[in-house]
Amino acid sequence: MQHVLWLIPFLPVLGFAVLVVFGHRMGRRTIAVIGAAPAGAAAAVAIATAVSFLVAPPATHAYDQVMWTWFRIGAFAPRIAFHLDPLSLVMTLVVTFVGFLILLYSTRFMRGDEGYRRFFAYMDLFIASMLILVLAGDFLFLLVGWEGVGLSSFLLIGFWYRERANGAAARKAFIVTRVGDTALLVGLLLIFTKLGTLDIQGAMAAAQSQWAQGAAVATAAALLLMGGAIGKSAQLPLQTWLPDAMAGPTPVSALIHAATMVTAGVYLIARTHVLFELSPTARLVVAVIGAATLLYAGVSALAQNDIKRALAYSTISQIGYMFLALGVAAWSAAVFHFLTHAFFKALLFLSAGLVIKAMDEEHDIRKMGGLRRDIPVVFRLFLIGAAALSALPLVTAGFFSKDLIVDLALTSVHGGVWLWLAGVVGALLTSLYSFRLVFLVFFGERRGSAPVATRFPRLVVWPMVALAAGSVVLGWIELPVHWHGWSLFTDFMASALPVPGIRAGGLLDAIAVTLIPAIVSVAGVYLAWVLFGRRRPAVAGSLVTRPGFRWLAGAALAGWGFDRLYHVALVRPFLWLAHHGQRDWIDRLVSGIAGPAAALGGLLRRTQDGRLRYYLAAAALGIVVFVAVGLLR
Amino acid sequence: MSLVFLLAIPFAGGIVAWVAARWSAAACRWVALASAVAGLGLAVGLWAQHYHMWGAAVPSRSIYVEPVPFFSELDVPWIPQAGIRLHLAADGLSLVMLMLTFVIVAVAVLASWRGVRRRAGLFHFMLLWAAASLAGVFMAFDLFLFYFFFELMLIPFFLLVVLWGHEGRRRAAIKFFIYTQAGGLLMLISIVGLYFIHGRQTGTYTFDYLQLVNSGISGWTGRLLMLGFFAAFAVKLPAVPLHGWLPDAHSQANTAGSVLLAGLLIKVGAYGFLRFLIPLFPQAASDIRYIAMGLGVAGILYGAVMAFSQTDLKRMVAYTSVSHMGFVLLGVFAWNQIALQGVILQIVCHAFSTGGLFILAGVLEERLGTRDIGGMGGLWARLSTLGGFGMFLVMAALGLPGLGNFVAESLILLGTFSVSRPAAIVGSLGLIVSTIYALWLVQRVFHGPGGESKPGTPARLAPREILMFVVAIVVLLWLGLYPQTLIRTTDAATGSLLRTAPAMQSPEPGSSATEAQP
Repeated sequence: MQHVLWLIPFLPVLGFAVLVVFGHRMGRRTIAVIGAAPAGAAAAVAIATAVSFLVAPPATHAYDQVMWTWFRIGAFAPRIAFHLDPLSLVMTLVVTFVGFLILLYSTRFMRGDEGYRRFFAYMDLFIASMLILVLAGDFLFLLVGWEGVGLSSFLLIGFWYRERANGAAARKAFIVTRVGDTALLVGLLLIFTKLGTLDIQGAMAAAQSQWAQGAAVATAAALLLMGGAIGKSAQLPLQTWLPDAMAGPTPVSALIHAATMVTAGVYLIARTHVLFELSPTARLVVAVIGAATLLYAGVSALAQNDIKRALAYSTISQIGYMFLALGVAAWSAAVFHFLTHAFFKALLFLSAGLVIKAMDEEHDIRKMGGLRRDIPVVFRLFLIGAAALSALPLVTAGFFSKDLIVDLALTSVHGGVWLWLAGVVGALLTSLYSFRLVFLVFFGERRGSAPVATRFPRLVVWPMVALAAGSVVLGWIELPVHWHGWSLFTDFMASALPVPGIRAGGLLDAIAVTLIPAIVSVAGVYLAWVLFGRRRPAVAGSLVTRPGFRWLAGAALAGWGFDRLYHVALVRPFLWLAHHGQRDWIDRLVSGIAGPAAALGGLLRRTQDGRLRYYLAAAALGIVVFVAVGLLR
Repeated sequence: MSLVFLLAIPFAGGIVAWVAARWSAAACRWVALASAVAGLGLAVGLWAQHYHMWGAAVPSRSIYVEPVPFFSELDVPWIPQAGIRLHLAADGLSLVMLMLTFVIVAVAVLASWRGVRRRAGLFHFMLLWAAASLAGVFMAFDLFLFYFFFELMLIPFFLLVVLWGHEGRRRAAIKFFIYTQAGGLLMLISIVGLYFIHGRQTGTYTFDYLQLVNSGISGWTGRLLMLGFFAAFAVKLPAVPLHGWLPDAHSQANTAGSVLLAGLLIKVGAYGFLRFLIPLFPQAASDIRYIAMGLGVAGILYGAVMAFSQTDLKRMVAYTSVSHMGFVLLGVFAWNQIALQGVILQIVCHAFSTGGLFILAGVLEERLGTRDIGGMGGLWARLSTLGGFGMFLVMAALGLPGLGNFVAESLILLGTFSVSRPAAIVGSLGLIVSTIYALWLVQRVFHGPGGESKPGTPARLAPREILMFVVAIVVLLWLGLYPQTLIRTTDAATGSLLRTAPAMQSPEPGSSATEAQP
């Protein structure tokens, strides 16, 4: 199957090209087919590849396909090449499969929009770029996908381009991630200069053989790549763009800003895990960023009133978990959480899209309530998603993946109590904010207007059912470590991602790490019920009106002032510079020579104004001077 | 003799076009287009004929000893008493520049198909005169001959701005003239100085490039001579702080003029650095290496910030040129194979991406009657095809991977990194600022509200206009996905340039690493 790898990204590229060039002559039905079919076909190819990969694993544990040598300058010869190993395979399957489901949903969801063709063209461009990103065998080719997803994300956030706010959000997303990308590019410059290749596998092998454990250059390279990763994955301190990115259509939020693109940073770090294994410092930084982000975003999610922003902060928080896993060298645990998260978070966003549609474009959860009775199907789907997000034990996929991370945060040889504690507190926050949404939106009394739509077409609901099924059963491929059952996922990933060393621990430890997160997540649901479900107005209201809490809630709502800080520290000085520099001071300085030159010219012109008496006077003066000089010598 | 035809075709074509304009303006346009295309055909033919020479083994011994990376077509005495010869030759680099010249001139003819009605004959004569003198610049291997073409070029460009420009054209043209003339005169002094010093040292008084290369003049004499060349090329490129003429000239010229200025004229500066400045004075150039790289970085950032702050669309695009040419200066002074290939790619890609943006500005001005960005907005709804083209060009300008500019800029940064890490790192910040101005441009012009309130629907794009954009898109995609065609063409040329200037030698990135591995 390795000769058809190119088809996987090429099919969506083709869909994009056809829609761009010929789409204006097409009807909506044709556009829908050409928009969604490539992702489906790519998913089919990916599944076929996966089957052949599993049935007859290649000797190298990877399929490689070289398309062509991009260019060759001396020893520098990057290639347009695909590399498919278990890591890429999981990413590819998720991107194509979840992408296809979301496109199916969109065919009906976006039907009334005037930009129907544009939407599908951009979505195809996104899927193609994402597939290039995860399949690229060369760092330089990876950048094509990396920036391509940035571009499509920009286009889709600003999809409704007439609103200035959407444009600002789109711009912010692109620029902030581009800050990270620049770090990534410098990291690649360093890697090439030191190792002489940008072939990913080659560079990783060279790093392993040439760089010592803890070498400064490895730390520098790892941290620079991490800069790119935190930009794309919206981790502290580059997380500010993601909540605003919710300005795009909801399917975009589901696919790009939840399920796939924002996890590109996780993929990048997992892909270059060799560097992070060489550098304990870089790994620690990743773990700390992950832990800090998951707490930060968890608290922020709790304060949001816009249903999509709440989910966006939740995404940031969940990617924080993945970073935490990466930081303790639990590479495959991070990817496992990516897998389950893609399903339940996409499900949550798609459900939120229907809630918003039902409420006639109302995003504010304070104006919802009681929707359980009006849109029961959406309620059930949302509930499944929220349960998976909260990692309710046994019945959800999120339990298995998050439990693995929290467990390894303690038991991995690179883990520690503080990281574990952050994971546990985060688990409490997660179920608290998830079920805050559930209770505020679907329970209680109706607080806003009545729903305008209560029935949704099958093409919208079925993809969500598929996602819901994934959110429930996917976890069972990997049982918690202490159950001593099977660990299919980790075993499958083992050829690409090494398994972290585990600290030996007693039975008590085992119980602690398995039971505590489970108890905490259930407790979070109960707490949410107490605060927001049972006696909602009384308790939650009284909480927020206390002065300390009001300040806290305001700060959390605003994402703890990062936007403000960046505005004051970066945006405003830049605008000031641009505004005052508009007239190009350097040019004025250089052109300023023209003034004195003209004055000098004017002065000299005076000497030749054609008046004879001045000439005579000057001549006479000259003679006097010469004579005087001659006499005085 | 084909190199002579590259001079003769545009010049004769220009005269025929001028004469033809007496009968019909259309005939004049067609003649101009045909001569540009004929020149292009000839250049492409030469390229195809010599393509096999460059990819294979690169000459190893001295600079221009067999097998040569370049071919000499004409070398006859012109003023033998002074050692001046008519020496025309071309290598891969020259051919790339020649092909670029004729493509851009053809595009310029297309761009002014409807816009230029006044004195169309003279206009097309000027376009082709510019083409001929540019072709001369890129083929001259005699310093005197080079200077002759270098100055000859100034006349058509000056007239293009002053006769067919916008409202502030006189001031812009005079500024342009003074800047370039000042630089040119300093270079003339240096050329003459080099001629005499070299003559006194060796006994042969000659302007022949191949004999003057790596002249071994060092110390302050060499530095001063080098600075004369530096002044001329830094003005043309332009390098900050000598860029002042560019925003005025680019924004005041008409579309064809801007395309020609951005696509070709400023590339003469880049070509001059590559072909003349460093090979003639390697030691002196290496003395100012870090200053020049600093100027390059300053240009990258300053140009980008300036671009962001402009309100006139053409002025904005003009400042992006300053930023992109900063990369060229950076790469030239990094002086290794990777950086030089990046520079050449940047020269070509910038011509198409920025040329395309100037055409975009022209198309918008024809339809809206304004270049003020504030007066645009919401155009996507009415001109979505143009919006798509604009999006593409803007993405090329900000260096989106997969398009040519990305390859060019990352090669330059890669080449720079092994020479000066701070320069490479600070230069890469330009990618952020370029993102800011690029997104700003596309959003202010095409997005936002306001599309509906304005009366009337602007005319759809004509096939001629679409053709120009498609040419730019095809070239940028091609150079983004398979730049090998171009890199192979200039491989031997850059190799020999590197060997002419051993004093500038810099580590080739990644090579030490590969040597370390058995």
